Amino acid sequence: MNRLSWFNTVSLTLGMAFLYLPMVILVVYSFNASKLVTVWAGFSTQWYGELLRNEAFLDAALVTAQVGLISSTIATVLGTMAAYALVRLGRFPGRTLFSGMIYAPLVMPEVITGLSLLLLFIGLNMDRGVLTIVLAHTTFSMCYVSVVVSSRLVSFDKSVEEAALDLGATPWQTFRLVTLPIIAPAVISGWLLAFTLSLDDLVIASFTAGPSATTLPMKIFSAVRLGVSPEINALSTLMIAVVAVGVITASLITKRSALRQQREEREAARAEAQATTPFA
Amino acid sequence: MRRLIVVAIPYLWLLALFLVPFLIVLKISLSDVALARPPYLPQIDWSAGWQGFHDFLSQLDFENFIFLTEDNLYWKAYLSSLRIAFLATLMTLIVGFPIAYAMSRAPVHWRATLMMLIILPFWTSFLIRVYAWMGILSQGGLLNAFLLWLGVISEPLTILNTDIAVYIGIVYTYLPFMILPIYATLEKLDESLIEAAEDLGCSRTRAFWLVTVPLSRPGIIAGCFLVFIPTIGEFVIPSLLGGSRTLMIGKILWEEFFNNRDWPVASAVAVILLLILIVPIILFQKNEQKNREAEG
Repeated sequence: MNRLSWFNTVSLTLGMAFLYLPMVILVVYSFNASKLVTVWAGFSTQWYGELLRNEAFLDAALVTAQVGLISSTIATVLGTMAAYALVRLGRFPGRTLFSGMIYAPLVMPEVITGLSLLLLFIGLNMDRGVLTIVLAHTTFSMCYVSVVVSSRLVSFDKSVEEAALDLGATPWQTFRLVTLPIIAPAVISGWLLAFTLSLDDLVIASFTAGPSATTLPMKIFSAVRLGVSPEINALSTLMIAVVAVGVITASLITKRSALRQQREEREAARAEAQATTPFA
Repeated sequence: MRRLIVVAIPYLWLLALFLVPFLIVLKISLSDVALARPPYLPQIDWSAGWQGFHDFLSQLDFENFIFLTEDNLYWKAYLSSLRIAFLATLMTLIVGFPIAYAMSRAPVHWRATLMMLIILPFWTSFLIRVYAWMGILSQGGLLNAFLLWLGVISEPLTILNTDIAVYIGIVYTYLPFMILPIYATLEKLDESLIEAAEDLGCSRTRAFWLVTVPLSRPGIIAGCFLVFIPTIGEFVIPSLLGGSRTLMIGKILWEEFFNNRDWPVASAVAVILLLILIVPIILFQKNEQKNREAEG
């Protein structure tokens, strides 16, 4: 099947239009001089200027970046440990409960996670702020990290690790020199996933943030609730641009490394063929 | 020793920040309204040993749950969440299946790019994707302007702040979760089976219904659960696109908590929401397990 039938062409075109048109409209109207969505009053970058002068947004962006960087890093470490424990360490007491706690947060509605963490922080008499949001985000995103990492751990050959241990490497050396490089792509995509989840989260942050800390989604939500505001269009456009650049760069890097790996494998195969048939 | 550390750190983290908080919700949902006002201190008196634990248990009562059954609002909200989630899942399937099907029929060298295009919106902010529809669906929004210009309608329609807007929002934001699993099963589908059906006298459409759809069932089921389960507890979409009459349990819980400050009732709402979710989650896991067995 090499060419698309008209039906398939139409459904792909409509599907992509449905997915992308709303975002394109958002981007276009962020450059609109008028405050109204229906009126095009000429090209202008005034909303970007107003956004950059709005300190509340800048502060919120700073808090969001801080929370995202810290929580996704801790979540990556914890999630990788959890994945390693589940896939490589076999049976240990309480394993069922442990794997249950890894998968449960993935399906738990955000309102419940947020509510339960808030009640915990109140019970512990903790001041709510950046720290409590970090703790909350780390908890739910470590589960996503461990799912991503464990799928990579399951698919790779355990005998490579065993060989390293047989050759005298300590378990830690084996992990650092053999396991980690092999699972690195999954660890990196786990970190990216945790980071995006943290940047995106409104509900859990609203429950766990005190009056002292506001994240960008919380700020956007309260602005949007009052109606459509052109400043938010500008902010959305900036966020879409950041994601697009990030994803395209990441895909170029993986594509290049895949090509390099293919070339190396081909060369290795050729070298092997020459070595085994020296007289050919 | 090292083994112990690798297990213990994430284990303790999840116990402290996932299981314990959840038990607190359960506890508060079962506690007396008067006792459950902040700061919630008389919880468990650990120093009193068994007597303390006994006192703690004797404080439990089902008052909050009884309250939930007495007020129409709550069970209506649960039913309406289930209805909205069900219909929205169905609509997502109707929109998503043709896209997944077309992707699986596209030339091989296009497929990675198409897949990327489907995943890309997932990486952009959920909140912003919902917000984008507010400008499109409002009274003076682009959709109305377009329809007026076409002459299909003579007066702007009210779409924003109705259930229809909620459906559009859910279909839009959850579409990738439907497309990807269906695409995964359709891509693996053996083309020769369809050819065989056609050789045996099936028309193209009949072959589609008799061969392609049944064989893509695991993907359809997985996609439906991936949309249905998170939609039930959805908060952002109903509160931005829905109206005051849109009842969804996630929104009720939020309002109960932030506006009414009634924590025990909010906790009870959360516990029942989880009970409702357990059935679809178990069904989903069974389906996944069956898939794994069929593959392995």
